[in-house]
Amino acid sequence: MMLPKTILALALAAVPAATLAQTGSAPLPVPFPNSPQSAPQAGGQAGAANPQQQGELVVDVVGGVSAPLGIAIPVMPTSEAVSTAAGRTDELGRQLSDIVTTDLRNSGLFKPLGGDALHPIAYPEVTAPTFDYWGPAGASALVQGFVRANGDGTLTVGCYLYDVSSRAEIARQGFVVPPSEWRRAGHKCADMVYSKLTGEGPYFDSRVVYISETGPKGKRIKRLAIMDQDGGNHRFLTNGQAISLTPRFSPDQRSIVYMSYLKDRPAIYVYDLASGSSRLLVASANLTFAPRISPDGRFVLFSMAVGGNTDIYRVAFTGGSPQRLTDSPGIDTGATYSPDGGRIVFESDRSGTQQLYVMNADGSSQQRISFGSGRYATPVWSPRGNLIAYTKIGGSFRIGVMSPAGGNEQLLTDGAQDEGPSWSPNGRVIMFFRSGMGGGGRADLWSVDLTGVNVRRVPTVLDGSDPAWGPLRP
Amino acid sequence: MAKLTTTLLIATALLATTACSKKRPAELPPAPGAVTDQSGSGGQGAIVPGSRADFERSVTSNTVNFALDSYSLDDRARSILDSQATWLARYPNTPVSLEGHADERGTREYNLALGDRRALSAKNYLAARGVAPGRISTISYGKERPIALGSDEASWAQNRRAVTIVLN
Repeated sequence: MMLPKTILALALAAVPAATLAQTGSAPLPVPFPNSPQSAPQAGGQAGAANPQQQGELVVDVVGGVSAPLGIAIPVMPTSEAVSTAAGRTDELGRQLSDIVTTDLRNSGLFKPLGGDALHPIAYPEVTAPTFDYWGPAGASALVQGFVRANGDGTLTVGCYLYDVSSRAEIARQGFVVPPSEWRRAGHKCADMVYSKLTGEGPYFDSRVVYISETGPKGKRIKRLAIMDQDGGNHRFLTNGQAISLTPRFSPDQRSIVYMSYLKDRPAIYVYDLASGSSRLLVASANLTFAPRISPDGRFVLFSMAVGGNTDIYRVAFTGGSPQRLTDSPGIDTGATYSPDGGRIVFESDRSGTQQLYVMNADGSSQQRISFGSGRYATPVWSPRGNLIAYTKIGGSFRIGVMSPAGGNEQLLTDGAQDEGPSWSPNGRVIMFFRSGMGGGGRADLWSVDLTGVNVRRVPTVLDGSDPAWGPLRP
Repeated sequence: MAKLTTTLLIATALLATTACSKKRPAELPPAPGAVTDQSGSGGQGAIVPGSRADFERSVTSNTVNFALDSYSLDDRARSILDSQATWLARYPNTPVSLEGHADERGTREYNLALGDRRALSAKNYLAARGVAPGRISTISYGKERPIALGSDEASWAQNRRAVTIVLN
């Protein structure tokens, strides 16, 4: 991850020129995996079309949770078990199938077969599935793949999706990855399966920045950390000497804006992932906090407290003089852009309690949108644009969504202290943090989908809070 | 070069966490509000006049508390700040920091602003009592540094506070 340029170069070298046009960087999808001669080509549907072919295999996203789709993801065989920088290829095949399995299961829309039902498959079987076995075993869909070590040190991972009942191939993709990014091939494979079967956008190949927490409640050590969406590739970015809070990805994923108590001067910093260095964004004697980057990456919204009045400001991503966007007496904070950058949603206690407001990007036309009982905080606009997620405060803290005009309020979680929602890249899942009560008071990361049924703990190395889900990786 | 440093830093950080999840207090930042005792109050030695220890011994309290979601000072808070102003008048060159805190029942960002309001509220009162504003810096910790760790009314009441820290 420290060497993105090297990674790209290696990947490019391994891919036929034809694919370069449609892809940008690692891991590169290969339209048709360069299967070795030993593997039969093209799906092996020699038996002609299945006469009782049913309708298209589709996952019902709405009713999906009550009836998740049975899917089999056997261990991905390798053409030849060899050692690579990422480990032996046969071991990688096992782990890749685990990654795909976990991703799909966590979406709540799939029920992966487990245990004895998952019989191992031989390498040639990858493109010639034993449909007669998988159907009775309970799989409606089948994901098979292979791992191959290439001469230049890269790995090729092939990923094939089949409809078991119609005995047909639905999709296939291959990914050439440097060994350091092998896990991403698994996420890309899961993304292909998920999008093909649900019609939703992909989201598994993405990262999360968050605050790693440890230590007693009164002196919690809080440092910036980054990991894959499933908890893989975890690393700490700051050392914990100063409290770090509220990290947010830049759209190009090269930077993270966050707040730090460095030198006992709470302020907003920009962390550069390539160099590992941070720069102060706004030099001010006033408290500056709650940063959010615009969708085009050019601006940062933030809050500044001046003389007891907190307003929303905008500053260029490169720094400079801030421009004030709100001027009402009270606390205006938690500002976030709409996905098109044209509007801003924020919270304000100008009415007496925290409520949600929407305004144009220049601060004009401020309108309150929350009118239910209780308080509303930390709004975030869905990447699809059609919903705003927030923290609802009414005795407990819960995560909810409403339309940008303020209607259709729906609470998704029922924890005591659920706070700080952040959207998945496809706008179907929300990550947030849940704090425990009492002396422990530990916080953990959780996710919930829009049905509100699929609530899951997100694994972290230590405790965690303030998650920010980054965009889908290229 | 830069790359190397980063990698090293991360490696160290990783080592630190994987090696021990419990015994890391060496790395703890100083607890705000805690007496870090740079002023000779340790042991049974004499307290230096004008020091933080002297301040904390002399005033009614170094802490004022607030009602839920409020930053207004009640009678008790004002009388505490009066005692602080009296001491500060005696040592007109001593700078102080006012730390504002909130309980855990607000969201993170809002509580940062609320803590700032509380610190400022106490600062403004001290200034009105004759303490030069330039001597008083403020810092908000929001809900990040509770002093009472429970999740009950009594703990929350203690955590909604502004603490005056003598800086010397």
